Amino acid sequence: MRFFLSGIIVALLQSGLTSFACADATSDSIAVLRTVQPGAVDSAAARKAVDQLTAGGSKSLLPLLNGFHDASPLTVNWLRNAFEQIADAETKAGRKLPQKELEAFVTDQQQSPFARRLVYETLKRSDASVEDRLIPDMLLDASPEFRRDAVARLIKEASGVEDAAKSTPLYRKAFTGAVHEDQVKTIAEALRTNKEEVDIQRHFGFLSQWSIVGPFDNKEGKGFAMAFGPELEINACKDPDPQAEYDGQLAKVKWQPIATTDDYGVVDIAKQIENYKGSLMYATTTWTSDKDQQVEIRLGTPNSWKLWVNGKLVFEREEYHRSSQLDQYRVPVTLNAGKNMLMFKICQNEQTQDWAQRYQFQIRVCNSTGSAILPATSTARSEIKSGVQQ
Amino acid sequence: MRLNVTCLIVVAGFVSTSNAADWRQFRGNAANSVAAGESLPTELSGDTIAWKTELPGRGLSGPIVVGEQVFVSASSGYTQDRLHVISVDVATGKQQWERQFIATGRTLTHDKMCNATPTMASDGKRVFAFFSSNDLICLDLEGNLQWLRGFGSEFPNASNSLGMSSSPVVVGNTVVVQVESDAEAFACGVDVESGATIWQITRPRAANWTSPSILPATDNQPALVLLQSSKGLTAVDPISGKIVWDFDKGASTIPSATVDAGAIVIPSNGLTAIRPAADNTFDQLWNSSTISPGTASPVVVDGMAFALNSSGVLSAGDTQTGERLWQLRLRGSFSSTPISANGYLYLFNEDGNAFVVKPEKDKGIIISELDLAEKILCSPGAANGALYVRSDAHLFKLAERQ
Repeated sequence: MRFFLSGIIVALLQSGLTSFACADATSDSIAVLRTVQPGAVDSAAARKAVDQLTAGGSKSLLPLLNGFHDASPLTVNWLRNAFEQIADAETKAGRKLPQKELEAFVTDQQQSPFARRLVYETLKRSDASVEDRLIPDMLLDASPEFRRDAVARLIKEASGVEDAAKSTPLYRKAFTGAVHEDQVKTIAEALRTNKEEVDIQRHFGFLSQWSIVGPFDNKEGKGFAMAFGPELEINACKDPDPQAEYDGQLAKVKWQPIATTDDYGVVDIAKQIENYKGSLMYATTTWTSDKDQQVEIRLGTPNSWKLWVNGKLVFEREEYHRSSQLDQYRVPVTLNAGKNMLMFKICQNEQTQDWAQRYQFQIRVCNSTGSAILPATSTARSEIKSGVQQ
Repeated sequence: MRLNVTCLIVVAGFVSTSNAADWRQFRGNAANSVAAGESLPTELSGDTIAWKTELPGRGLSGPIVVGEQVFVSASSGYTQDRLHVISVDVATGKQQWERQFIATGRTLTHDKMCNATPTMASDGKRVFAFFSSNDLICLDLEGNLQWLRGFGSEFPNASNSLGMSSSPVVVGNTVVVQVESDAEAFACGVDVESGATIWQITRPRAANWTSPSILPATDNQPALVLLQSSKGLTAVDPISGKIVWDFDKGASTIPSATVDAGAIVIPSNGLTAIRPAADNTFDQLWNSSTISPGTASPVVVDGMAFALNSSGVLSAGDTQTGERLWQLRLRGSFSSTPISANGYLYLFNEDGNAFVVKPEKDKGIIISELDLAEKILCSPGAANGALYVRSDAHLFKLAERQ
């Protein structure tokens, strides 16, 4: 009997040790994947880590999903592949995934949006009802994909209601979560049909009021790499002087205000000023933040451009007339509490084709879901009295 | 259910009619659009649709075939940031596995394109999926991730706001990619096993949608990879990245050069044929401004060069002289590069109409047509007696019924 009991104790201890060992191996594997670097320099170690995770079967799933938190895009893709391999193997073996735990994971807003969406789509393959259970509460989710689904449901519901008094609240609710242009357009059109006012510009967080100076010389595209007055000041660690007068391409030039009432925040230099061929302009604005914060500056332009935030060049792009789209470029930046100075350099080339005549930009501030972050001092369209303030 | 069961039409009734090689990359193993040794069905009809399988996303990427698997990439999501790689059973059309990834580079493209525009490639042991976002993903044939490169994040200015389309090619142990745009441009050779960069060269900074071609090895010269751009065509050693010779008379930035019997036919001022010599020079054989390809790359086979313009006019020229022999007007607009098999050309227009054309010396004859009724922009693949083509929604296998 003593032998039997000691056998049980040893077995329990061994079981516990094995479990701890497995947990350690899982953690170690996730740690390897969380440190993968660009250039595939550690792909062999990453493959081994995935093999260890998949050997753990469904027990690895939740730790693996937790590993998505704040992970790099490369790590997300390695972890995702491990998850898919395990889910495939479990399904082929006829074993069920831990449905309850996984569904709880989907609803945990603190977890990675990529991981939550992956789990949701996996669950939905075997249980379509998960959509009705979860999506309606995801209107303001950190995942743009969940938001899109929630908004789509509300649009569908509202479009089936003929009474404007009943459809308007549904559209208004959908509008609060919409971050994609097509859904925003659909909702805004429906609300305007219902005689409702809609401020799309504010909804997206477009920067509508700027000071602009130019034109400066960009013949043969040479101006992109050259620094003119405002850029020289930035390079000298000074803010551009709003009272300055510079030698422009055609004459002396001074800063002038320019604003846009366009729904999508387009500042149209060709229409509002002139389409100076082979020229460039500088535009500045301030954005007041109530705290230090990470944001995305998203912009669209068919022209070449450079962007400085608080005197630091954050991105530059030399490409002309390859289209212009909302959120064409996404630039992550840190804004300081207080006033932040943005300076945008926009360059027009000398192409003569009809499709190469646009000279414009649209810039907004938002979070990673695409939801607007508004400045402490609002620049909403309703506060602008005219398209161009001379 | 992703698999379209109703379209798995009595697959046992279809047979392989040859034991020809895989179709491992854009325009086939030799990157010349010729399915050597293949015998494909010439009388296309509804009966020749062996199966039709639903796809999870859009794509201009063509299917590739490795053994008993067909691979194809796709992209989905509002911003086209979801990347898919799918493996399908050649015999049944049943999806074997699907792997998804999140794009790390820019995903927006012109509406006609999408993130899954480049065609995948394979070395027979692995598959390489490349996307407009410049994500290069290597999986083994079972769908296990081997390595991945995010060129879009490593080189954030190497993108095109209209989208990127260059398909990778595999030469030996190197997968070669061209990443060329107005803002930044390079080509690199990546080790198939580790994913590490073996070499990288700066390329002309200009938008470029062409794909590398391959000049096969000769007794005097190892295989070379041919990189095309608006400046011309550059022959590069795929092992070292060293430039071997340079044709600098300009070339198209959409259709790509092709190679036949040691001669290179370049979409340059119409079509220009050159023949490289042993001393790393080359002779120009001919130039023809009357044979000018649109989006589709030229095809050269059996002494004739074929160029298809975007509005569906197929031109045939003599590969000895460059003289235009005949023209045949097909129907619709074309983006897809045709393929040649067993003396026939297979062409797909954007409306999903397939044409089988018998090219003779003095004329081209349409042998059969098939309306797949779905938009087709990809270039087809051919292996083991079957033709594979994809739309945004489906992957099709066309084969002779027994």
